[in-house]
Amino acid sequence: MKPFRYERANGVAAACAAAAAPGARFIAGGTNLIDLMKLQIETPELLVDIGLLPLADIIESTAEGGLRIGAGVTNSGLAADMRVRRLYPLLSQAILAGASTQLRNKATTGGNLLQRTRCPYFYDTTKPCNKRAPGSGCAALHGINRMNAVMGVSDDCIAAHPSDMAVAMTALDARLETVAPDGAIRAIPIDALYRAPGNTPHIETVLAPGELIRSVLLPPPPQGRQVYRKVRDRASFAFALVSVAVVAEREGDRVRAARVAFGSLSYKPWRSAEAEASLEGASATRTSFDAAGIAALKNARGYGHNDFKIPLARRTLRATLADAVGV
Amino acid sequence: MEREFALRSPISRRRFFGTAGVTTLALASPPAFADATAQTSSLPTVNVRLTVNARQLALDLDPRTTLLDALREHLGLTGTKKGCDQGQCGACTVIVNGQRINSCLTLAVMHAGDEITTIEGLVEDGDLHPMQAAFVRHDGLQCGYCTPGQICSAVALLAEHKAGWPSHVTADVATRPALTDAEIAERMSGNICRCSAYPNIVAAIRDVNEGGRA
Repeated sequence: MKPFRYERANGVAAACAAAAAPGARFIAGGTNLIDLMKLQIETPELLVDIGLLPLADIIESTAEGGLRIGAGVTNSGLAADMRVRRLYPLLSQAILAGASTQLRNKATTGGNLLQRTRCPYFYDTTKPCNKRAPGSGCAALHGINRMNAVMGVSDDCIAAHPSDMAVAMTALDARLETVAPDGAIRAIPIDALYRAPGNTPHIETVLAPGELIRSVLLPPPPQGRQVYRKVRDRASFAFALVSVAVVAEREGDRVRAARVAFGSLSYKPWRSAEAEASLEGASATRTSFDAAGIAALKNARGYGHNDFKIPLARRTLRATLADAVGV
Repeated sequence: MEREFALRSPISRRRFFGTAGVTTLALASPPAFADATAQTSSLPTVNVRLTVNARQLALDLDPRTTLLDALREHLGLTGTKKGCDQGQCGACTVIVNGQRINSCLTLAVMHAGDEITTIEGLVEDGDLHPMQAAFVRHDGLQCGYCTPGQICSAVALLAEHKAGWPSHVTADVATRPALTDAEIAERMSGNICRCSAYPNIVAAIRDVNEGGRA
């Protein structure tokens, strides 16, 4: 690990100001950052510990009937919160499908959103990676890219975002509330947080230096049944090959409305407007669910080892929709 | 939950610390990192106050020191094991403020003021913790390397279950699930046992949960 200075922030303004300096990074749970620091993939000069910021670990009900989740709430705390379990079971299910309890006890809401890819070539410092070393190339493009993305990526980077939590939040229309070093507060829809890799895959979000995610806002829970389904190589403690978050409302023999978001298919949780349009008013049958899957994946492109993700995503969507609407 | 873990008074730690109150151990400590040895002497250290197994301690540490290395290399608490050192195996599991974490993926400086319980801190007045005794009784180990992490994890697991936490295998996350073997297995998935003593580990945890012999 490269040497660094460590500061414990005692307020949001001080934290943002400190973290705006070049080479500075926020640290909360540290479960991703410290791992990357050991490998010298991350080499911060200053760590600003935001673990004890006031109110960062509070979940509160909002006037509009939703929840405001402090960015410092742990993944365990969020998944175990009874309001989340009753009103947003999708979110509890998604969080509980990720990592181990030890990691969820440390990992925070904000940190989970900003965790970095698990692309094996990002982790292998002997290989080119445009995300880790801009301009060096992408070893995954023609490499063992089984875990990589099939949607929305570029020939410069095919890394997938590994979060489960963020997939549920995307289906739930979450917004992030951030604070900038100048004190400005803004709300960012979760879908707008992540930047497409294009030819600058090392720039992953729209956040400015020192801009801190303060909380995540969930609007009132949507109508319909919420189901998160994760497909992985083993039954527990593994990253997803594909995951699907569905909120679907049935009306008689039809789907009144549905929301669909995929995990591990792209650089961000992939909300599919195409699948949602295909499902609106459609018959509640496997034929409709297959059509939604075809619509969702129509622009997908495999890179060899990950070709299987495209049919797997379609079938996982079909099964998850069938579960959600009771077919 | 905190009290259950933190307020023990283990005998075993007396092997390491002879005196009461806050003890400064920095000068007696070996460098924590093999790969940082050359630079250690010139690096600024930070003073960290930790509460480990109900004992308050002050350490001067390179900020890079993980909690795991602070426990093993600076405090001599070698019960906590270093397996993968990247959060995958669970051998380094300790209990911090009542919750189990991977001590390899956190910095000691981040834990100033926290209550840390290691496997050494589970012993009470020389008696094994009920979970330790159950692992012995059920033969929940072979080589034993993962065992301290398994036991710390299992102790915290019971507290989490008592608090009503759901898991990935809970059919309805809005309910408080019974601690079935499937629930135990899922909740222990952060602790790997290469000898594959899993059936007996699950049996030991089930036994303690059902109020088996202590």
